Amino acid sequence: MSKTVFPPSIKSRPVYGELEARAGSGHLMIADAEGAEAILDLAKSADAAFWAKAHIIYIPKGTGTKYSSQLEELGAGQYYAGPSYEAAQSRIRRALLDCHMGTQVYLTGTESLMGQAMAEATAAGIPHTAIQTEHRGSTARRMQCVHCKGITEDVTTDPFECSHCGLSLFVRDHYSRRLAAFQGVRVDAEDPGNIPEKVELFK
Amino acid sequence: MSAGTAKLNVTVAEVKPINDLVTRFKFVRTGGGDLPTFSGGAHTVVEMQDGDITRLNAYSLMSDPADRGAYMISVRRDDEGRGGSKFMHSQVKEGMEMVISNPVNLFSLDLRAKKHLMLAGGIGITPFIAQMHQLSMMGGQFELHYSVRTASLGTYAEELSAQYPGKVHIYHDDQDEAIDLNTLLATQPLGTHVYVCGPKGMINWVHGTSEDMGWPREAVHSEEFLAPASGKPFEVKCAVSNKVVQVGEHQSLLEALEAAGIDAPYLCRGGACGQCETNVIGYDGKFLHYDHWLTDEQKAGGKHIMPCVSRFEGKTLVLDR
Repeated sequence: MSKTVFPPSIKSRPVYGELEARAGSGHLMIADAEGAEAILDLAKSADAAFWAKAHIIYIPKGTGTKYSSQLEELGAGQYYAGPSYEAAQSRIRRALLDCHMGTQVYLTGTESLMGQAMAEATAAGIPHTAIQTEHRGSTARRMQCVHCKGITEDVTTDPFECSHCGLSLFVRDHYSRRLAAFQGVRVDAEDPGNIPEKVELFK
Repeated sequence: MSAGTAKLNVTVAEVKPINDLVTRFKFVRTGGGDLPTFSGGAHTVVEMQDGDITRLNAYSLMSDPADRGAYMISVRRDDEGRGGSKFMHSQVKEGMEMVISNPVNLFSLDLRAKKHLMLAGGIGITPFIAQMHQLSMMGGQFELHYSVRTASLGTYAEELSAQYPGKVHIYHDDQDEAIDLNTLLATQPLGTHVYVCGPKGMINWVHGTSEDMGWPREAVHSEEFLAPASGKPFEVKCAVSNKVVQVGEHQSLLEALEAAGIDAPYLCRGGACGQCETNVIGYDGKFLHYDHWLTDEQKAGGKHIMPCVSRFEGKTLVLDR
C-alpha cells in the first residue's frame, strides 16, 4: 500500500512526511502493519552500519507474517514483533529510557501507532519536530469520546458509536497530541435521536 | 527605539574588579525599590554617555533572578573594541547614575528539558550564572563545562566550583585541557538540551558536532553578541524620513540612524534577535552581512539588512526607514 495523501485540514490535524535515514547514535523504529513498507523503502538507502544501531519494534496487526521475514533480514541490532501496541508499550518505554541524545526515532504505519509512540517519545524528551513519521496503511482513526473520555480504536465510519458510552459521535479533525486521538462529539446533541446515516470515510 | 522596553534609571552600587580583564558592576534602582524580575539568560542594554557618543551595549545579567534588589553584569575589557567596555572599566564609578533597558531574554532555558548541559567559553559564563541560580532554586538538573584561558583569568571558576560541587567542570587552555565534546554529547540522556555561550568558533563547533551526531536542532541553544564591525564609511538614503545619513568608520548603521533622529527598532544590538530587520528599497553595491538572523538566501537577495551589525560598500543604498 502506498503513502496516503490527506486533504488539507485544521492546524491540529497531524501531517506526516517520508522517512529518511539520518545520522544518529541509534535508530529506534516503531511500525505497525503496512508501516513495514516504509522501513523497507528506507532500507534502500541505509547501510549495514545503520542497521547495526537500529531497534525495530513491529506490530503486524492484520498483515500477519507478510513482512516479518523481510524486516528480520535487514539485520537490525534488535528486532521485536508483538501482537498489539499495548503489548509493545513497555518495550518502547524501556528502549527510550536506554537511549541517548542523538538517537533518531522513526514512526510509521497507522495514525494510532504513530500518535501513541510520538507521545511516548516526546515525554521521553525528544522534540516532536525531530521525530520522523510516515503514514502507511489504514486511515482508520483512534477516537476519544469528549463526553465519557473513552477511546475507540480503528474507527472507519462517521458517525460512529462510542465503544464505552454508546453515544453516536461525529468524527472531527481536532486532534490531541497528548491523547494521540481525534475528538468525537455527540452528533445528535442539538436534536436527540436525529442521527445521520453512517458513511465509511476511512479504510 | 527598542521594542517594548521601557528604560530603568539605576545607580551603580558596586564596581568590583574580578581579574585583569573582567570587572563586575552592580546596579540598584535609583531612588530605591525593586527591579523588574527576569529569567536566567536575559541581558540588559546599558547606555553609556561617552562624550558626544551614546554607546549602547548588551550585557547578560549574572545575578540571581530571584533577587530583585540589584542586577549584576560582568564586563570583559576589550582594548581592540569600539570603546564600550573600556568606558565601563574606566569611567563608571560607584554612585554614578545610568540608564539601562528592561531585561530581555534571547537565551532562555527550555524548561521542558530534563537536563541542561551548559558549555561556556571565557566571559560567556555570565548568562549561565543566572541560569544556575534559577535551576538550583527549581531543583533542575544541570552540568556546566567551562573553558578558560588560565586559572587566573577563569572568571568565577573557583566560586562556581565551590557553589555547585560536582556540577562544574573547568578546562584550562594553558594546561591543554579541552572539553571532550564528542563524548559529552554522546552520553547525554534523552531530554537533554545543550546551551553554548562563548567565542564564535566554540558556538560553531557545538552546532556542527551536535548536528553530525543527530541532536535535534531544537535542543541546541546558543548566544553570541556581535560587536558591530568597523568598516569603510558609507552613505544611506532613508526613504520614509527623507534623510541622507552618513555612517562613520567606527559607527554602526543603527547608531548612525539614531544619531540622525530616525526612530529605528532594536533589541539586542548584536545581530541575534531580528528586531532591527530593515527592508532595502534599492542599492548599487555590496552588502556586508554580519548577523545571525537573516538566512543565506535573504543575505544573497539584497532585500533586507540588519543595521545593528551589518554594513554596505558601494554607490547607493536606500532603506525603508
